[in-house]
Order: sequence, then structure tokens, then C-alpha cells
Amino acid sequence: MSVILIDVALFSFLLLTAFAIVRLRNLFAVTMLTSVFSLLSAGLFVTLDAVDVAFTEAAVGAGISTVLLLGTLSLTPHDEKPATRSPLLPMLVVFITGAALIYGTMDMPAFGSADAPIHQHVGPDYIERYPHDIDMPNIVTGILGSYRGFDTLGETAVVFTAGIAVILLLHRSTLGRRRREDEEEDL
Amino acid sequence: MEDLTFDFIIARYNYWLVITLMMTGFYVVVSRGNLIKKIVGLNLFQTSVFMLYISAGKIIGGTAPIFTDNPDEVYSNPLPHVLILTAIVVGVATTALGLALIIRIKETFGSIEEDELLKIEHDYDTTGKMPTAEGRP
Repeated sequence: MSVILIDVALFSFLLLTAFAIVRLRNLFAVTMLTSVFSLLSAGLFVTLDAVDVAFTEAAVGAGISTVLLLGTLSLTPHDEKPATRSPLLPMLVVFITGAALIYGTMDMPAFGSADAPIHQHVGPDYIERYPHDIDMPNIVTGILGSYRGFDTLGETAVVFTAGIAVILLLHRSTLGRRRREDEEEDL
Repeated sequence: MEDLTFDFIIARYNYWLVITLMMTGFYVVVSRGNLIKKIVGLNLFQTSVFMLYISAGKIIGGTAPIFTDNPDEVYSNPLPHVLILTAIVVGVATTALGLALIIRIKETFGSIEEDELLKIEHDYDTTGKMPTAEGRP
């Protein structure tokens, strides 16, 4: 029961943060709240036993994403303009999608039950074979590096492609270049 | 469909809260015109999807998938954790790409509001003239 209470408390904070992100128009505040949201979700991941995911989310979601957003904000306007369109249609779309998803959860196995189909096949097999194959206590790290190494290779390819694309996009950008010209003049 | 008993709600509340968060992110993406706000909404949506996957891997009474000395220990399913670790990193890569595109859009058109960008596009279609960043407020 105490797990459920911690869970619900973390979710309340997450929902409050998310609603504040919807309401606020100052993009600096929104960036900071996104960082808070990532940190709270990292806390939630710890209660759900996903410690590796938690510290990746804390480092990448709360850290690097925030730095990227702040970097963008230094080159773009800091305030969102007031909405000109009616929020009714988006509301309708969101409620219908949400209702469909909640209807989908009715058939799902109960949260945290050990009999769920997800715990019957590949997962337990990895846990069973793991001690014979790899001499490392953290199962997630071992699976990531060995059994599912090709996933990680694919991930690296995606990050590389995104990096190249960002370089190509910003290569000819002149925003934020003034300082470098000043430095060249000094030389 | 089962009745809405207390047990039924306890077994599903986690999914429902995650879906509420997901729809909040979705609402930001579809209703806000500011491109940076859209990226933030996409991030909210993405993190909620991660929570849904991690919830599926949880076993109540289990522990984090790190071997302990107790041979009867129950471990939560490590496979969703591995998949979501990959997804988090890919998510940051797409965020970075989106933000780089926003910087280029701001530079070329002088605005990152969807309404103004649509107006510029409309003007270009009717008059054939491309406004410069300097000429706009």
C-alpha cells in the first residue's frame, strides 16, 4: 500500500507540473518545469524498479534536454504569443484519444502482477541464462551490451545521423555568430 | 468488461494516470502554436510512454534487476528497461534535431509561431515575395 501512496504522490506532482507547462507562456519557466518533470519521472522510475532508466532520465532528460532548450531560447523569443485559435477542437481530439486508450487498459493485465504475459517469455529467460553467460550483477547493463547489442548499435546510428543533421542545419546559421566575428577582429 | 471494483481500480490506476499525462503532452502539441512549446509537449508525451512501458515491467514484491545474494529473489522484468534506455537517448537526438530546425526557421522567417509562419507562407503563395527576417517585427 505504501508503494501505491508514493506512486500517487509522484503522479500528482507530475500532473501539476504538466498542467503548469500547459498554462505558462514564459518559455524559460516552461523549460525549467520540463526539467522538474523529468526529475520527478526519474523518481517514479525508481519506485517502478527501473533504476538504470531513472538515472538515464535524470542525466539526459533533466540535464541535456534542458541545456538544449536553453541554448535554443538564447536565440529565439522567450515568450509564447497568446493562442488565437479556439482550444475546443484539440480538447475534443485529446479526450477521444484518451478515452480510447483508457478503454484499451480494461483488458490489460493488472499492474504489477507476476502472471502478466510480459513476464512469461523473454524476460525470465534472460534472467535465467544471465549468470551463466555474463559475470556482472546488473542485468540491464548486460542485456543492453550483449544480448541486445544490435539495438544499441542502431541507437548509435540514430544519434550519429541526428548529430550530422544538426551540424548541417546550423552550419550556415548566422544567429549567435556575432561574438565570433568580434573575436576574429581582435586577432 | 469487469465491474469497477476497488481491486479493479487499484490494478489499473497506474495506466490511467500515465494516460492522463500522455494526453496533457498531446494537448500541448496540438493546441499550442509556438514551436518550442510543441517540442516540450512532445517530450512530455514521450516520457509518459516510457512510464507506460516501465509500469508493464514492474512486479509487485519484486526488486530492481540487479543480482542479490538471495537465490529466491523476484526481479522486475529487465527487458522494458533496456528498450526504454535506448528510447530515451533516441528521444534526445530527435529533440536536438527539432530545436536546430526551429533555430533555422527563426533565422529565415523571423518567427517561431505557427500562425505567423502560415501567414508568411500564404503571402508567399499569393504575391511570390519572401519576407526577410529583418523586415518583420
